Amino acid sequence: MTQLTQQILSGVATGAVYASLALALVMIYQATESVNFAQGEMAMFSTYIAWTLVQAGLPFWAAFLLTVLISFIGGVLIERVIVRPVHDAPVLTHVIVFIGLLVILNAVAGWIYTYTVKEFPSPFPSKPLFGGAITGHDLGVICVTLAMLMLLFAFFRFTPLGLAMRAAAQNPESAKLAGIRVGWMLAMGWGLAAAVGAVAGVMVAPVLFLDPNMMSGVLLYAFAGALLGGISSPGGAVLGGLIVGVLENLVGTYLIASELKLSTALAFIILVLVIKPSGLFGRVAIKRV
Amino acid sequence: MTALLEVSDLRASYGPAEVLHGIGFAVEEGGITALLGANGAGKTTTLRAVCGMVSRKGDVRFAGERIDGKATEAIARLGVAHVPEGRGTFVRLSVEENLRIGAYGRRDRGAANDDMERMYQHFPKLAGRRKQQAGTLSGGEQQMLAIARALMLKPRLLVLDEPSFGLGPMIVASIFKIMETVRREQRVSILLVEQNAALALELADHAYLIETGSMVMGGPARALKENEQVRRSYLGY
Ligand SMILES: Nc1ncnc2c1ncn2[C@@H]1O[C@H](COP(=O)(O)OP(=O)(O)OP(=O)(O)O)[C@@H](O)[C@H]1O
Ligand SMILES: [Mg+2]
Repeated sequence: MTQLTQQILSGVATGAVYASLALALVMIYQATESVNFAQGEMAMFSTYIAWTLVQAGLPFWAAFLLTVLISFIGGVLIERVIVRPVHDAPVLTHVIVFIGLLVILNAVAGWIYTYTVKEFPSPFPSKPLFGGAITGHDLGVICVTLAMLMLLFAFFRFTPLGLAMRAAAQNPESAKLAGIRVGWMLAMGWGLAAAVGAVAGVMVAPVLFLDPNMMSGVLLYAFAGALLGGISSPGGAVLGGLIVGVLENLVGTYLIASELKLSTALAFIILVLVIKPSGLFGRVAIKRV
Repeated sequence: MTALLEVSDLRASYGPAEVLHGIGFAVEEGGITALLGANGAGKTTTLRAVCGMVSRKGDVRFAGERIDGKATEAIARLGVAHVPEGRGTFVRLSVEENLRIGAYGRRDRGAANDDMERMYQHFPKLAGRRKQQAGTLSGGEQQMLAIARALMLKPRLLVLDEPSFGLGPMIVASIFKIMETVRREQRVSILLVEQNAALALELADHAYLIETGSMVMGGPARALKENEQVRRSYLGY
């Protein structure tokens, strides 16, 4: 029983990381209708920035906040410089651009920081809490993610800017007619997605360690979470990410060798999608024919 | 009277195909101008060209200022509220959120709350549905919401593309009555495209007739109403 609780809680902690990245994917998807394959590498790059800042002597939380800010600006710049020019191009062009971005970020990180694995500090105590039910790090990750999600929710729900961003993603033409600067809203969406990814990267780095390929697996799980919850639903993507995290942990502990847990988790998700293609919480896309 | 919107030699194209071949018209301050024409004549394109939603050339002045080079957002912020063909509702947002978005482009966003209450008075049907998803409203309610959303901008010019489309006569009558009230009380000028020519000529003070991208006739609404050609082709008697 305690082992089960342990496994579930530690799954929730990993799931929180998947959920954050899944949310970042959904935010971009809602605005551009394509999946940002570079989201994981962007998060990886942000994590290296945090590492650099910590190495330079900044206290962890100062480095964390500064990283989030830098990532936001980086996301805005990526949208303005790389994504904007292909905005009206077909989806395949987006895919190529995003994959190009992935490769470039990976190579640049490798070039600057080398491919040797680095340790990344955790700001949380590593000792077990509540009679061993959860480690300090896992609890910290869950709390930070929860705080971030609530902030985002409040921003989109209660501020005029958040509403304008939702409007711009939903119906750009109408948003322009209301005087909303749609181009900037999309850029801010990229900034926020990059910031959310940065949080995910920094939270997972103490466990995965730092190297330019650290996020490739995480991105896959996040993608699975987003699809499972429904790529059209931010809340669904978060729940999907959490489910994937817990599932992955339970499958790896109880059912099969951990080498197979990724395939098993993905097989389960494919099964769900076969039964319910729009994901658990997604809207069914109505196509006019 | 001075013109609030003055358009001359306006050309617009979709890709390589020119659809408007140099048209001119005006909307007077506090007036209502109607654009008439058959399906595909270029009425919607004219409105889109004025608001910068299609590639265009020509001379468009709003309150004396050239707007033919400006982006759609910038034109909206000057006080041009456009209810597009198909209404442009934010279907997954609530009625209230739709109205809030309408006020986004104005300078005194703080006063928007009072205006929202005024909209609910104009359109009591919407008041009971503030939290409802806009996409679930009926066609008539959505049209009211679209007009209310446009008015939330506190515009000087209201641009309406077929506000009566697909609606029953009762709702159309009430929407036109509200338009008349709004024009009188808030001195909003209106540029109107309308299939129902009889109704449009009743409401408008000036009217223009577009045929395949060119202006073929224009003047006081009364003159057009009495014109032989207009009567036979658009009024049907
Ligand atoms: N997006 C587009 N791409 C290419 N051609 C277009 C486009 N939209 C309209 N057109 C063409 O431009 C011409 C004018 O269209 P427009 O929509 O302005 O007509 P309209 O007068 O509003 O007609 P209706 O009364 O049916 O709404 C038509 O020949 C139409 O086929
Ligand atoms: Mg039309």
